[in-house]
Amino acid sequence: MRFGDATDLATRNLREALLRNSLTTVGIAVGVASLVAMLSLGIGLQQMANKRLEKSGLFDTVVVTSRRDLRSFNREQETAGPAASESRPLDDVARTDIARVPNVIEVTPDIRFITELRYQDKPHLTMVAGMPLSDRSNDFFDNMLGNFFSSSDAAELILQKRFAEELLGISQARNAPETDPAKLKPLIGQEITLHYAERIYSGDTAGKQPAGAGVDFSIVPRDKTLRIVGIAVEDPEGMRGATRGRAFIPQGLAESLHIMLPSDLRESMRSFTSKPAYSSLGVKVTSASKAQRVQDAIRKMRFNTFSILDATKSLRRFFAVLDIFLGIFGSLALVIASLGIVNTLLMAILERRREIGIMKAIGARDRDVKIIFFSEAAVMGLAGGLLGVTLGWLLGRAINLGTNFYLKQLAMPPENLWSSPWWLMAGAVVFAIAVSILSGLFPAARAAKLEPVEALRYE
Amino acid sequence: MNPANGSAAVRAENLTRHYRMGESLIRAVDGISLDVPTGEFAAMLGSSGSGKSSLLNLIAGLDRPTSGSVTVAGSDLARLSRDELARYRCHTVGIVFQAFNLIPTMSVVENVELPLRFAEVEPSQRRKQASEALQRVGLAARMQHRPTELSGGEQQRVAIARALVNRPKLLLADEPTGNLDSKTGKEILDLLQDLNRNSGLTVIMVTHERHLADHYASRHIFLADGKIVGDEKASAKGERA
Repeated sequence: MRFGDATDLATRNLREALLRNSLTTVGIAVGVASLVAMLSLGIGLQQMANKRLEKSGLFDTVVVTSRRDLRSFNREQETAGPAASESRPLDDVARTDIARVPNVIEVTPDIRFITELRYQDKPHLTMVAGMPLSDRSNDFFDNMLGNFFSSSDAAELILQKRFAEELLGISQARNAPETDPAKLKPLIGQEITLHYAERIYSGDTAGKQPAGAGVDFSIVPRDKTLRIVGIAVEDPEGMRGATRGRAFIPQGLAESLHIMLPSDLRESMRSFTSKPAYSSLGVKVTSASKAQRVQDAIRKMRFNTFSILDATKSLRRFFAVLDIFLGIFGSLALVIASLGIVNTLLMAILERRREIGIMKAIGARDRDVKIIFFSEAAVMGLAGGLLGVTLGWLLGRAINLGTNFYLKQLAMPPENLWSSPWWLMAGAVVFAIAVSILSGLFPAARAAKLEPVEALRYE
Repeated sequence: MNPANGSAAVRAENLTRHYRMGESLIRAVDGISLDVPTGEFAAMLGSSGSGKSSLLNLIAGLDRPTSGSVTVAGSDLARLSRDELARYRCHTVGIVFQAFNLIPTMSVVENVELPLRFAEVEPSQRRKQASEALQRVGLAARMQHRPTELSGGEQQRVAIARALVNRPKLLLADEPTGNLDSKTGKEILDLLQDLNRNSGLTVIMVTHERHLADHYASRHIFLADGKIVGDEKASAKGERA
């Protein structure tokens, strides 16, 4: 029998017992809806977590350290890698090399130091950090007051909210109420003096002194006047980036000031060249998905690398397991629905026994009878799958609306707990059809095996 | 008259069909040997339980013999696979039942088209063949009706059209008039006789009504207890003969 004939006969038969077949189809739809709902929730939660982590700027950053450095994030790599003597210093040459690796946006040294900031003649000791312009996208700067740096070497400063409060003498007790951002605003445009130690190398000594003799440099105290351009109001605690300082200056400015860093001293003690070396470099990658490739390329250059990807492997595993569990729970309803299909088709065989006999008497092969019952199961699966996906999608929308309404009342930003990508919807329909056909296997085989003479005797 | 031309359309040899019913063995067909030549209109007569319907089912390929052979158009049905037997029912034989056995959810023309679906005939060709068959039984005007909207005689005509639509060599009728009044029954048998005489179709009819057999069949085969107890040539009178 032709495929078109089989589906034609099948839909015709389904219409004959409309109520029963509709109920069976609704059963499948509920099963599919629950599967879609569960998986949508899993995917939604995963995407929400990923988005948070990606925006934190942790995923697209690779930290590079020299193998000579005793401090290493990746001990396994260290023992497996080349010995310290084979490694190279993390200097300007290395920095240029790393910047040439494909998919690298920016390579910046980690400049961070504790120093004195003088505001209205009052000294404040705090941690100041250099910040590349590419960090603009970090969600730490969402809703910030004022502006981000105008250029990479502008004499500008961005404050963290807590430090801004300190400058204004506002209480920072744990249970203190949130400060009204309007109170902090007057700080913007004010001038502040950065007191720092400049490191000046005493000429090119490399030629004159034997290797390993160290580096000479002088330290000169300096002052630099900066203008406050912005205040980051987001809570710096939690899984957010930019927790490394309380006040930020543009990366370019930070580098040009040649600020004496704590690591300089250590580097100079065991210097292999007279050139200054970096304790670590932050490598910004075009996207999180490229981080692994960039990491591999840099490791080949004989440096140690570390990225949050390494640390989130277990997190990703957790989501995979969560998805499997949600999928199993969602599938349970579909399993029950498939029993409904088996039941409905067995009933149909009992009812249509005589009809099967007639069809066989006028030339239907076992295969033809089987195909008709398969088609009935598949049509129910298709209808149930489509209906179920629609139901699941509507359910997801409703839950998203509900949670967002709730979050709004708590004055929190909206989140999409629920995500139903197209492949999940299409997959659910295909799965419903597959499960239905599987459920049709036994009834169809039973119908096909009926002996015509016995089937015809049945009234 | 269109006498049988001699070559066997149906040949049964030592054909048996036994059923086990609990402890007892029922010999529905018990060692029957029989030749039905091409073009014959044979009537099988006997009381209920004589085995005439069981024999017809074996010839129709609806049932398989316990032993012996039944050969139709050169092939031994006992040796055919399930698929080959289905092919045989589809193409070689047409069957008409007492209860009409039409599918109530399908229109008249769809019922007649159904064997063509199993024969995988092109959809465009199907409608044409089905309406030709319906024309032949005089029901061209009722194609779109449901079987339940027709009289018993009309329903049996539809069943005959369905049996003919794949152009079989052999037409088997199991009490075709059993559910009809005598006038309508005669009309149906007139139709079968016409098909036998003008199209050369071999017809085997099971009946328990002696006068109908006398009137239409050219041969009477009497059965009792699964055995042939009488076999005689008769000159069918036939109304239009």
